[in-house]
Amino acid sequence: MDITTSLLSMQAEASLAVILVVMLLADLIIREPGHRKLQILGCILMAVQLALNVVPAEGEAFGGMYRSTELASVVKTVLAAGTLLVFMQAGEWLGREDTRGKAGEFYLLTLSTLLGMFLMVSAGSFMLFYIGLELASIPMACLVAFDKYRHHSAEAGAKFILSSMFSSALMLYGLSLLYGTCGTMYFADMPALLAGTPLQVMAMVFFFAGLGFKVSLVPFHMWTPDVYQGAPTAVAGYLSVISKGAAAFAMAAVLLKVFGGMVHDWSLLLSVVTVLTITVGNVFAVLQTDLKRFMAYSSISQAGYIVLGALAGSGQGMASLVYYVIIYVAANLAVFGIIGTVEQHTGGKTGRSAYAGLYQTNPRLAFGMTLALFSLAGIPPFAGFFSKFFVFAAAFHAGHWLVVFLALVNTIISLYYYLLVVKAMYITPSDSPVPPFRADGLTRAGLLVCVAGVVVTGLVSGLYGLLSGAALH
Amino acid sequence: MNILSLFVLIPLLMLLGLWMSRSLNQVRGVMVAGSGLLLVLAVWLAVAYSGLRSAGADEEMLFTASVTWFAPLHICYSVGVDGISVVMLLLSAVIVFTGTFASWKLKPLTKEYFLWFTLLSTGVFGFFISTDLFTMFMFYEVALIPMYLLIGVWGSGRKEYSAMKLTLMLMGGSAFLLIGILGIYYGAGGETMNILEIVKERIPTEVQRIFFPAVFLGFGVLGALFPFHTWSPDGHASAPTAVSMLHAGVLMKLGGYGCFRVAMYLMPTGAAIWGDFFLVLTTVSVVYGAFSAVVQTDLKYINAYSSVSHCGLVLFALLMMTRVSATGAILQMLSHGLMTALFFALIGMIYGRTHTRDIRQLSGLMKIMPFLSVGYVIAGLANLGLPGLSGFVAEMTVFVGSFERADLFHRACTVIATTSIVITAVYILRVVGRILYGTCRNPEHLKLTDATWDERFAVICLVVAVAGLGLSPWWASSVISASVEPIISQLSQL
Repeated sequence: MDITTSLLSMQAEASLAVILVVMLLADLIIREPGHRKLQILGCILMAVQLALNVVPAEGEAFGGMYRSTELASVVKTVLAAGTLLVFMQAGEWLGREDTRGKAGEFYLLTLSTLLGMFLMVSAGSFMLFYIGLELASIPMACLVAFDKYRHHSAEAGAKFILSSMFSSALMLYGLSLLYGTCGTMYFADMPALLAGTPLQVMAMVFFFAGLGFKVSLVPFHMWTPDVYQGAPTAVAGYLSVISKGAAAFAMAAVLLKVFGGMVHDWSLLLSVVTVLTITVGNVFAVLQTDLKRFMAYSSISQAGYIVLGALAGSGQGMASLVYYVIIYVAANLAVFGIIGTVEQHTGGKTGRSAYAGLYQTNPRLAFGMTLALFSLAGIPPFAGFFSKFFVFAAAFHAGHWLVVFLALVNTIISLYYYLLVVKAMYITPSDSPVPPFRADGLTRAGLLVCVAGVVVTGLVSGLYGLLSGAALH
Repeated sequence: MNILSLFVLIPLLMLLGLWMSRSLNQVRGVMVAGSGLLLVLAVWLAVAYSGLRSAGADEEMLFTASVTWFAPLHICYSVGVDGISVVMLLLSAVIVFTGTFASWKLKPLTKEYFLWFTLLSTGVFGFFISTDLFTMFMFYEVALIPMYLLIGVWGSGRKEYSAMKLTLMLMGGSAFLLIGILGIYYGAGGETMNILEIVKERIPTEVQRIFFPAVFLGFGVLGALFPFHTWSPDGHASAPTAVSMLHAGVLMKLGGYGCFRVAMYLMPTGAAIWGDFFLVLTTVSVVYGAFSAVVQTDLKYINAYSSVSHCGLVLFALLMMTRVSATGAILQMLSHGLMTALFFALIGMIYGRTHTRDIRQLSGLMKIMPFLSVGYVIAGLANLGLPGLSGFVAEMTVFVGSFERADLFHRACTVIATTSIVITAVYILRVVGRILYGTCRNPEHLKLTDATWDERFAVICLVVAVAGLGLSPWWASSVISASVEPIISQLSQL
């Protein structure tokens, strides 16, 4: 296979790289203040990228180093769609006085992390996997610290880079042990060489811990609340869905493809971590009054539900996991989008008390938020209900019914704190509610897409069937 | 298209209509047209159903249809009705229709109120027509969540506390339910979610032993099973009138219906193992609810505890597992649904005038608002089981059926539960005597007026239904009894 066909089989990555270059050039050419033009250009390019890659494709390149399955291709499309939504919602924040001049950097950094995630998701070897992971992490630290003169953004960036490096080091150590015992880095060759020796189990645990940081599983979640709270809201939204979704999928894929034979070694570990993640995330979320911090804990517990799909260790589990991620992207981005736009129009308020009486002044915003929160809580007929049911079914099928039960009990706790926000918006009276405002067009369009996704995706049955088909491939 | 799907489609169209309404009159128009249509449809369904049955249709469910939804998990949108669902649909339609009139003058945010109210109704109707476990469970949850906002925003008293408590407890129940449904699905081989097909499979005894209590408890929470009934008094007391009506009248019936149709029908072995344990709990519900009602001073609390007692009787009769008692249970659901809705409607109307529900501050209302007071007396008499009204028919059937179980344990439970009849008479007559008769001690109350036309209409509809069921129970009774048969035979196979 020559280099051209190799590259063509990587069309998602290749097109993304082209977009990256175009954005870089555009940033140089477009004169100040060009944040608006850059945003529109970024959105159009991402939409084109989505349209080009909407049909799931399989591909292999560089002798198996790169291997994209149909399911991975779907995941990449979802990640790109999520990024497009983040771009649409970031306009108001980037139009602010102090960020206006560096809007171009935001798009460049975001697109590089996305490219890293693409590579990570479709890696066929631990080498490419690691490169992708790093590409997804380092620019992310810059994004987190983007508002460097504001709030705790710089501090959050420092925390992120430190914990990120630490987890990478752990993972690299695990990978070195794996290489030592197997003599190869390729996913395809490994299962035959993995016999579950103590050294290999140790390698697996290190690998798992390293990725656990990225997915923010308990006990590797400590950085999450501080970083989410400090990071600009658009970045926090990006971090909570795109970065987490990619890492969770990559983790599940590796556990299934590479460590599939060692399922007895990791299923107990993963069960315990899953239950802990869901519970700790939920219990701490109850106590939060700042919505960004609250969403950080909420997304920790959501990560636990995502990982339930991995715990199933089956095609059904993978399909459910991807389905869960899709719904989660829509719901979480709707919430973060609303938090972001309220923050921009109230001079930086993100406390729950600021949302009191929101329904009276901004009924549509409050309604959208309610639907998104209901979906996160798993209330039908919103999509979150279906996605939760599918991951539960998958984990149950694999025999983890106790884990499923504990996860279900946790949904009650999560319902409680999601309802607290709903209560603030609808019931709690307020002397100084958020004044009525109109968010800019792209933000509204982005929110509309998210909310529509939350309402419609669950009822559309073909999607899950498609994912199941792709997973069985 | 299947005729049953209209029961979901009409509420959905109502939601759309409400969404687009621009004035109060349009909102009311949509509600009356929609709920009226549903009532007509339910009556038509009842007639058509009896017609088909007497023409010799002997399938377990009629009007069945099924559309595959999520193929990998065999989830279908499957519908079908038997006699039990037909009467439940009729009950729901009556209560949604009268509930619309009972909240005729509700303010503020009337449109939003009716949006959530209609969403709740969608869930209720969808639940009763479903024969697919997943779809059924989905509609069940759809019916629960609007309660939070309906109570939280439009309620009275400690509404935020009550709303949260109710939602969390019921959702807690549905967590048990979900794990139970997964247990049934995979226990029956993971090939179908359709109740009518699962029942042909044998679910292993071990699976039934674990998941029967989960499902029964899950539905039982909504059926106010002791000790998980505590959401009910607070919730009912804080809810606005029509929501109390719908909730006590219909929503609590989802619990009994689910226990019977899902838990007991699909897992008969589990029912045999756990039946006695739950029977004790329901006996406690029946008696404890009645005693609690005696000591309450708030009209809504009295009726809420009375509902705990009467809904306990539904589960009690189901667990007796005889054909007569199960028929009685369904009749009791029907009867209790109608009369408790009547009660809550009247309490709401009285409260709207006097601004108090405390029986110590009310007296001599009969002279001031004779229409409402007479309605209250009728509801009370139906509640304590006066012959000629619906309560008598239901309770009689329940206790006769329960006496068929002649062993000591069941006999003892029956005798204990029967005492609730006497206690019911105590709290009903005490309240009626206190607030309706005698002289009015509060001069402010003398200026109050009697019911307006919309209120009269709602009350008359319900009184007619209560008396109709009491005077001629044959139709309901025979339709129910025939449909109870397959479930009971499933239970007595062991």
